[in-house]
Amino acid sequence: MPDLATLLAQVFTGLVLGMIYVLLAIGLSLIFGLMTVVNFAHGALYMLGAYLGVFVLTHTKSFWVALIVAPLMVGALGLLMERFLIRRLYGRSPDDPLLLTFGLSLILVEGVKVLWGKIGLTLDPPRALAGAVDLGFMAFPTYRLFLIGVTVAVLIGLYFFLGRTNIGLIIRAGSRDPLMVRALGIDLGRVWLVVFGIGTALAGLAGILAGPMRGAYAEMGVTMVIESFVVIVVGGMGSLLGAVVAGLLIGQVVALTTLFMPKAAEIMVFVVMAVVLLVRPSGLFGEAGLAE
Amino acid sequence: MDRRSFLATTAAGAAALSFPAILRAQSKDPLRIGFPLPLTGPFGALAADQQRGATLAMEELNAQGGVLGRKVEVLFRDDQLKPAVGAQRTKELIENDKVQFIVGGLAAHVQMAINEQTKKSKVLFISVSQSDEISAKPDASPLTFHEALNPTITSRAVGSWIAQNLGKKWWIIYADYAWGKQNNMVLQEVLAKQGGTLLGSTPYPLGSAEFSAHLPKIQGAKPEVLVSMTPGADNIAFLKQVQSYGMKKNMRIAQPLHWLPQLKEGGPDLYADIFGGTSFYWELADSVPSAKKYVEVYQKKFNAPPGDYGAYAFSGVMEVARGCTLAKSVDSEAVADALRKSPTYDHYKGKQWWRTCDNKSFQDLWIVKGREPGKTKGEWGLAEIVTKIPANEELDRTCKEKGQA
Repeated sequence: MPDLATLLAQVFTGLVLGMIYVLLAIGLSLIFGLMTVVNFAHGALYMLGAYLGVFVLTHTKSFWVALIVAPLMVGALGLLMERFLIRRLYGRSPDDPLLLTFGLSLILVEGVKVLWGKIGLTLDPPRALAGAVDLGFMAFPTYRLFLIGVTVAVLIGLYFFLGRTNIGLIIRAGSRDPLMVRALGIDLGRVWLVVFGIGTALAGLAGILAGPMRGAYAEMGVTMVIESFVVIVVGGMGSLLGAVVAGLLIGQVVALTTLFMPKAAEIMVFVVMAVVLLVRPSGLFGEAGLAE
Repeated sequence: MDRRSFLATTAAGAAALSFPAILRAQSKDPLRIGFPLPLTGPFGALAADQQRGATLAMEELNAQGGVLGRKVEVLFRDDQLKPAVGAQRTKELIENDKVQFIVGGLAAHVQMAINEQTKKSKVLFISVSQSDEISAKPDASPLTFHEALNPTITSRAVGSWIAQNLGKKWWIIYADYAWGKQNNMVLQEVLAKQGGTLLGSTPYPLGSAEFSAHLPKIQGAKPEVLVSMTPGADNIAFLKQVQSYGMKKNMRIAQPLHWLPQLKEGGPDLYADIFGGTSFYWELADSVPSAKKYVEVYQKKFNAPPGDYGAYAFSGVMEVARGCTLAKSVDSEAVADALRKSPTYDHYKGKQWWRTCDNKSFQDLWIVKGREPGKTKGEWGLAEIVTKIPANEELDRTCKEKGQA
């Protein structure tokens, strides 16, 4: 049995890890919740965010500029994807956009290897965030604490955008009853374009933020997209609150199983997912019928 | 034939055509060597190095007029790091492309699948994977050769050195698959033999980018040495996270293997003072004559120094050629017999030899250490050589232990 300090350190590590899962999953959740499009290219766009982050960083020498510009670049690519490819598939089976985005992810991964080579890139945290802070019970990386701040800011921003603005109102209405919204004379195509742009930009943001912790390499999105799917499936496809609760839950599951039974840490995540789906088939906070 | 392998073959062919010696050698059918390797997937950078090494061997041989008057062709096929694909590509190479020999394989499990095919078709296979279960029963065969190091040799050699030089209180973390598990087992034996203490040993799933959940426990245990087997991109994520938790200050970090592509990717900030074993590091050119020659030719052609995986591939192809020349034949059994009869060779890093009871290659290895920022030598001079561990059959399991007596 580990002592109390180790247990506390582990729970805290799991908490921060959970927030990172939320950050990774939020863009995927947004796009699915509002458009019912399963964006399989989420992981590849995350990877692209990290690579473009390095690209902007080497040209501007500023992490902060890169932190803003790289997600915007990924979001711009997302706009193009929606406008010219995904838009053609609305109204068809949900498998079609899934296959399309899966294909796009393969193109992006191999494309990045052609452009930047097979060896990954280095992305360091800005000097102000390098190193560790002494929390009393353990030394903890400053950068991970900063990530909590970013995640909370993103969540608050999304909450106000969706809940308190006119366009947010239209987006939510469009996800409930697209026909009625169209009948009111609103161009839903433009709304979905915006949603897809935001969702992909968030994937890019997660990518540049993950780079300093995990490195930037072409396959970095492969495991990340699985982690993100687990989080939004457990939380309920499309629910932001669900994504937060599920992210924190999975963070604790990983942290505590790693502490007591490291061999089972990976499988436990899927056990939790299976149990949640058995008890609540549409996830913890999901609306029944959304994914059907 | 898919697009990638088509490109690889035509590129190889075009390169070969630029040598006048080929024109003389073309009167006979070419000598064909199939080379399955994981060009796509997480080990892509290492596979690219393998491809460069094997291409270089092919060009060197053709520049000398080929083998037995025949032009040499190496046919690369992407095994996608999947055993089923590796088996299929190998089968196609043997049956459709009519290769006489197979060299290649990078991952332990894919190499097994390749070996099953070569055994079935009675084709000589020189594996360049860092894992060598194929040279033990029941997978072994008189036609299965193993050019690279293996977990037993690497971890016995590097592990003993770590215990004697860095500290005897260890924590081990390893990727939960064949190569990681074997190293973990051998390292624990070594540590016990050296009278050290194992504070803990944790597996993690290969391909993981998140290690934070492992770190508080390791921090709390206060090991003198953290021994890591986190291959490929995992290595970068692992070291970044260890560093960000401030652990590099409190413990030494060592790994049975260092990988040059990762050293390049992570840079000196990450790899400074991290110890690792290696079968080849290009700065050996300063002290080993055959390494000097190999590094010069490689550097000239590819504009970057060779890594260890490329060197294995180079040596593997060269050994096929040497065997053919000795046997005056391209028959797999004759070539295998010839290699066992004259087992000593030196293609790139000093003397190596085949142990004839299991066709395992014995070779020197080195301990290297990451250089600090500001002390690197050029773009690729990221590590310094600490010491050499000479080739020694006692570092491996005996043939009897491998069921090969």
